[in-house]
Amino acid sequence: MVPTSYFIILSAILFVLGAFAFFVKRDLITQFLCIEVMLSAANLAFIAFAKSASSLDGQIIVIFIITVAAAEAAVGLAIILLVYRQKKTIKSEDMNLMKG
Amino acid sequence: MAHFLFFLLAIVCIGAVVAMIFSKNQAYNALFIILLFVCLAGLFGLLNAPFIAVIQIIVYAGGIMVLFLFVIMMIDLQEGIPPERKRWTIGLSFLIAGVLIIELLFALKGFLFPAQAATAGSPGSPTDLGRLLFTKYLYPFEITSVLIIVALVGAMILVKKKDSD
Repeated sequence: MVPTSYFIILSAILFVLGAFAFFVKRDLITQFLCIEVMLSAANLAFIAFAKSASSLDGQIIVIFIITVAAAEAAVGLAIILLVYRQKKTIKSEDMNLMKG
Repeated sequence: MAHFLFFLLAIVCIGAVVAMIFSKNQAYNALFIILLFVCLAGLFGLLNAPFIAVIQIIVYAGGIMVLFLFVIMMIDLQEGIPPERKRWTIGLSFLIAGVLIIELLFALKGFLFPAQAATAGSPGSPTDLGRLLFTKYLYPFEITSVLIIVALVGAMILVKKKDSD
């Protein structure tokens, strides 16, 4: 049987890679994809811990995370579409309306 | 066997994310992330969570990523693949079809020679998950349904074109 720590290490690697890609990439859609990658890494950790604790609560939480990710994707993509209609670009460095 | 599957899926997962970091094309990025989600579903299956694995494929790889691909097509910032690069896709489709037929034959072998009993009582089965979801986690479940309605109505109102346009 594969030890739980392997899954936790894989989850950490995926989360860090997602966060790294979030800061490296320059377009909004890919950054949004990176958020999904980080959510999935968290899902993997939840399920690995649920198995090691032999409890189902972790799997229930993963169902909730997937649901919230679906809602977040719908709203986020709508916002990206609005930004593209107004500015004709989705590069994140062009989003400087608030002089941030 | 479990170790081999774990390392295979883990390497494909990390490779998909690294390929997404180096790729410039948003449509390719979305396809790499679909690969990542399918491999994660395999890992969930290794962790005795078959229902979550199916949910992962249906909702994430099937629903959310199709939404991403639709938006990428609507935005359309880059030109498509030039036709001369499409030659290798024929070989790739033959490979995928071969893998699929082998997999289906394996599944049929299990159907023709039933070796083990049905796994209805195993941990992580939809029965146990559903019972827990409607008893202990009833309030979060209902709140999530409200959240989904708010998100979908909000998304539709956000992207609706004004009448004056």
